[in-house]
Amino acid sequence: MNHSPLLNRHRIHWAEIAYWLMALAVFFLFPRNLSLATAIVIMALFALSLDLVMGYAGVVSMGHAVFFGIGAYGAGLISLAGHHEPITGAILAGLAAASFALMVGPVLMGLSGLPQIMVTLALNVILYEAGNKAIAITGGDDGLRGIKLDPLLGLFKWTVFGQTSYLYALGWLFVLFLVVRCLVSSPFGVSLQGLRENTERMRFIGTPVRRQLVVVYVVSGFIAGIAGAVSAQTVKFVGLEALSVEKSIDALVMLVLGGVGRLYGALIGAPVYMLVHQVASEWNPFHWMFVIGGLLIVVVMFARGGMLGVAAMLAARLRGGR
Amino acid sequence: MTDVLSALSFIGIYGVSYGVVLFTISIGLVVMMGLMRVVNMAHGVFAVVGGYITVSLMNSHGVPFALAALIAVLAVAAGSVVVERIFFVKLYGAPELDHVLMTIGLMFIGMAGLNLVFGPDIVPAHLPEALAANVHLGERTLQVYRIFIVVFGAVLMIALWYVFERTSFGARLRAAVDNRGMAEAVGINVRRLFSMAFALGSGLAAVGGAVGFAVLPLEPAYAFKYLVLILIVVSMSGIGNLRASAWVSIALGVIDTAGRYFHPEIGGFIIYAVLIAWMVFRGHTLLHSPSSR
Repeated sequence: MNHSPLLNRHRIHWAEIAYWLMALAVFFLFPRNLSLATAIVIMALFALSLDLVMGYAGVVSMGHAVFFGIGAYGAGLISLAGHHEPITGAILAGLAAASFALMVGPVLMGLSGLPQIMVTLALNVILYEAGNKAIAITGGDDGLRGIKLDPLLGLFKWTVFGQTSYLYALGWLFVLFLVVRCLVSSPFGVSLQGLRENTERMRFIGTPVRRQLVVVYVVSGFIAGIAGAVSAQTVKFVGLEALSVEKSIDALVMLVLGGVGRLYGALIGAPVYMLVHQVASEWNPFHWMFVIGGLLIVVVMFARGGMLGVAAMLAARLRGGR
Repeated sequence: MTDVLSALSFIGIYGVSYGVVLFTISIGLVVMMGLMRVVNMAHGVFAVVGGYITVSLMNSHGVPFALAALIAVLAVAAGSVVVERIFFVKLYGAPELDHVLMTIGLMFIGMAGLNLVFGPDIVPAHLPEALAANVHLGERTLQVYRIFIVVFGAVLMIALWYVFERTSFGARLRAAVDNRGMAEAVGINVRRLFSMAFALGSGLAAVGGAVGFAVLPLEPAYAFKYLVLILIVVSMSGIGNLRASAWVSIALGVIDTAGRYFHPEIGGFIIYAVLIAWMVFRGHTLLHSPSSR
């Protein structure tokens, strides 16, 4: 019994429930590692935003850290300006990132293929350099310090071991994941996948191609902005690396490793990548590049679809053999 | 007045020599992209490996510059064919995202490998004496090296023009770029042509890295650092267009040098601004992409 995956999307699989229970269990099982766990959740959210444009709409964005960075600096500046409520602060920062996406989206979504890859990359480089020069706003190399927050919902203080931070980040991930899940199974989401598969045909049947792409790009920019904001709020610091091309590539690698266009690809790729990185953190950063480079090549050559793709293939084979 | 003239000549010679190095590195990718439709983010690795081999042959084995560069170029060209056979054959006809991912992976491995072998620091550029000498032009002194590069660039362009326009290899290459199916139909072995073009392209990149090691300093992160510049040249010059990439490279070299000379604070941005403006207004005409929106 193999239904079309398009029709199956809104059904909840038992593994999904298991995933979220595990994410919650981390809170109890690893109380001393919650800052790493929070960083993982934030990167999963960031990679999820990338999956929305890349995996579903077929837009290759090489500079998604632009939105992460705007969200991070936005949240930092909002707090420094005296607004200490975290949730509205994050939403405002996300909206700042979304408005930037709305500004550049109409141009970027008019491109495709190599020009799109390059312009998104160049945009990232420009914004990084601008952030580096605009010391009055970003603090330059020193970054933004002294970010203060009110207790979450007025109840939970921001603890040293990061219990509140972890649950706060996980809450954002869960809510935005549900939003993205609904979005991609909606008629709009299916239309986006049509664009990914064949833009010309979608245009012929009357789809407003560019408008749809801009809408999804703005939503993705918002989510990436929230990820950046949550990072700024939980780490209480924003540095230039939030805007760096390396950040964009990190998210790309996590997503590809987990599986593009599968939602959970981002959610699985991020922890695997970050945990391997954690183990390798005492190495020379250049040695870590062997690992990333090797992973990318292996995925493209042998494991299209990433870890989830391989898992799905194995599952299908097992079922076929029975 | 003489100040202006000397500033202009400085920008001219530094900008053009910068452009020549950029052209030499990028032209290989222009050809590969035109012929094989491969987006190669790791192209800079060929250049930097060429540079490293040249410099280490010169420094530790006392090989003369020209011979060292020649050995480096041949080694890179030969090595690149192996890389093509193992990795790039998987990419022909695959989606662009696969190209980007695989070649970023190759670039990272290249960077990590260079760090492992040569260490993380920038390699100081010790030019051979003949090139390091200065000549006096009016009030300014100029390194012979810069003049050498400009002359070298001119010779290279003529040689490339000859290869592309006047040899049978060039004719087959152009035929395959314009219409691969037709080229195959008239009996051109496109597969073998791919390998030859790959060797030529990476060899040229190695020439750029070897000759330009004092213009673009060698370091493990080289391929990543100059990636955007290389891609700008490639995407602005269109499919396999030799003349356009020469002009684009030189214009970029001069604009970048002038920008940094007059406005060091924002100079580095100017080429990116030019790129984005170009993409926005001319992007749709660039590089054939099957699903142009």
